[in-house]
Amino acid sequence: MAAILELNHLKKYYSTQKAVDDISFSIEEGSIFGLLGPNGAGKTTLLRMITGIFYPDSGSINFDGKAFIPAEDIIKIGYMPEERGLYKKMKIGEQALYLAQLKGLSRQDALTKVRFWFKKLEMESWWNKKVEDLSKGMSQKLQFVTTVLHEPKLIILDEPFSGLDPVNANLIKDEIYGLAQRGCTIIFSTHRMEQVEEICNHIVLVSMGKKILDGTVAEVKQKFKENEFKIKLSSPPQAIANEAFQILHQESNRSYVVKINEGYSSNQVLQYFISQNTGIEYFSEILPTLNEIFIQLVDGTKSVSRAFQKLD
Amino acid sequence: MNKIWLIARREFLSRVQKKTFLLTTILLPLFIFACYGLIIYFTVKNSDTFKIGVVDNAKVFGGKIETKEEIQFLFLNNLSPEQLKEKVNQKELDGFVWVPQQFDMAKGDTITLVSGKTVGIIKREGIQKKINAALEEQRLLSSMHLSKAQLDSLQRGNEVKFSTLEGKEENDAKAGISFAVGYASGFLIYIILFIYGTMVMRGVMEEKMNRIAEVIISSVKPFQLMMGKITGIGAVGLVQFIIWIALTIFLRVILPAIIPGMGETTQAMQPGTAQAMEAAKSSGVMDSFLHGLGDINVGLILGCFIFYFLGGYLLYSALFAAVGSAVNEDPQDAQSLLLPITMPIIFGIVIMTKAVNEPTSGLAVFGSLFPLTSPIVMMARIPFGVPNTVPYWQLILSMLLLIGGFVLTTWFSAKVYRTGILMYGKKPSWKELWKWAFRQ
Repeated sequence: MAAILELNHLKKYYSTQKAVDDISFSIEEGSIFGLLGPNGAGKTTLLRMITGIFYPDSGSINFDGKAFIPAEDIIKIGYMPEERGLYKKMKIGEQALYLAQLKGLSRQDALTKVRFWFKKLEMESWWNKKVEDLSKGMSQKLQFVTTVLHEPKLIILDEPFSGLDPVNANLIKDEIYGLAQRGCTIIFSTHRMEQVEEICNHIVLVSMGKKILDGTVAEVKQKFKENEFKIKLSSPPQAIANEAFQILHQESNRSYVVKINEGYSSNQVLQYFISQNTGIEYFSEILPTLNEIFIQLVDGTKSVSRAFQKLD
Repeated sequence: MNKIWLIARREFLSRVQKKTFLLTTILLPLFIFACYGLIIYFTVKNSDTFKIGVVDNAKVFGGKIETKEEIQFLFLNNLSPEQLKEKVNQKELDGFVWVPQQFDMAKGDTITLVSGKTVGIIKREGIQKKINAALEEQRLLSSMHLSKAQLDSLQRGNEVKFSTLEGKEENDAKAGISFAVGYASGFLIYIILFIYGTMVMRGVMEEKMNRIAEVIISSVKPFQLMMGKITGIGAVGLVQFIIWIALTIFLRVILPAIIPGMGETTQAMQPGTAQAMEAAKSSGVMDSFLHGLGDINVGLILGCFIFYFLGGYLLYSALFAAVGSAVNEDPQDAQSLLLPITMPIIFGIVIMTKAVNEPTSGLAVFGSLFPLTSPIVMMARIPFGVPNTVPYWQLILSMLLLIGGFVLTTWFSAKVYRTGILMYGKKPSWKELWKWAFRQ
């Protein structure tokens, strides 16, 4: 599939920090893309450049096969910023209509779409309420609707689940899957790794304004796996020492966590146990969670201390 | 352009559809009028008559001191000071003057007024004037051996009329009306700049605080958002202004019909305060006002008023929007950034008060050309007549400068706004604002 968005050597420097320092990656059409990074890594700046709010200092953005022109392409993008924003005193229906019209829909189109989405997410009864009457989760839902209403090709969601209860979070999650199936590309920015693992196909991790990881979730996990396996036997083994592995951790007299030494394969470990005539109940590889990878990578870069570095 | 219109429409409707809008639009001027009415009523009515007993043993007053409504002189001869004191204690009199027999006007002897309570400064002055006028008349009559009729004819003043080179006669009513209309329009512009400027600033701050600015800026350009807000609120101002004009016309037609005696009462209320009133004594104040309005060019004034209202509003509201975008939650931060914006407005009102008295002075001309003060000052000069007091070149130059001024402030503000609306954290310094504006 073609790339809907390509970033080439993007840079954006502020007076006190390099917010985005030479980042390139591309996003395939129809994928759910995770943009990860610790606080202050430059995610928001990056997103603001993709939404045309900021201009990059250098580098280029290609959108949908052409150079990105904010004024024209902006209607094909839906952006839900991390800090939610709605007019508190405005009626919900009118607010959704207004935001849709700002995206370039005609009033009639906007009305049809708003009705459709309100019905879909069971929000019809809210039409004449004001945002100040809504709970945080409810306004979150409204914000989501206003973001995807004009059926943009690219949807950017910054922490879309914060403040949502599990039921509504699932509702939104299903919508995200649905949108992706219909060909929308979704950029999903968060630091909740379990959600990323569940939803995203492709992730990029930024820290200190630089890209430090890029790949599919499976690739990344493979890259960071440490050859650790969990094994459970039907009876305690007679001996448990072999040059092929070392035991990291014994959970009971029948189950172990082992790390395969370099130069050996998992089959050799299995053979060792099979040769002992003990039944093997299970043998599975322990892959690192994204959370662990995240912490491992980000800790290494000492992200916190860079916040106020001086540029010369 | 379409998006600016959408934003302006929302800004306009969200304000006009509020229940409080109609209420404040109609009630505010009524409230102000009512306040003025009460003030006038009380300044006129509060004075109870002050009765002064006069015992003129030296016959210096000739038996009569002219009585003003609230100051009454009663000649009570053959009473001793003690008897007078008794009358004051019994509240039959408020005070008394006892002139001893050996009183000599020529020597400049003093006359003493004894009163129960302390006499207020205005009343003191009134009493002093009346007594001195009576003494003066007696002195003239006795020393010059004139008759009362001769004296009256000597003292009668002649009317001075004012006319321009073109031979157009300018009556005093016109000068008075020009003064009043000039002052009122200048002041109105001043208030409008503040009210609507602050409204724009508060709106921008609200959008920034709600974080909706970021959502909207991902759909429209910051400039469009700013201009939409300014246009929408400007339209609110215009509608409010039109309602006020309609209301005034309505009141002018309706009030005289309801209260037929209004003309006379207002005249009685302000006996000869302004010269304009003097000229109109016979016909009543309302008529003279109408007459004066006929002399000045109402259409031109209204047209100019709308132009200067819009020009001044656009010029200042852009600056107010820039300040709103730069500050955060703390309204105190806004105060210090607002100072350089409010200063020229205040200067404007100061120059305006001079300009209504001297509409052709250098200061007035400068103030009416300089775009930061021209909306206020020029509006104060225009009622004095356009080709006469304000030459055409001044009017046109002032308008062009104002247009140039608002293009410049809008450009500057748009730059500050673009950066400021997405900046959270501490209040920016002037240096930073400058950088936002002049760095790409």
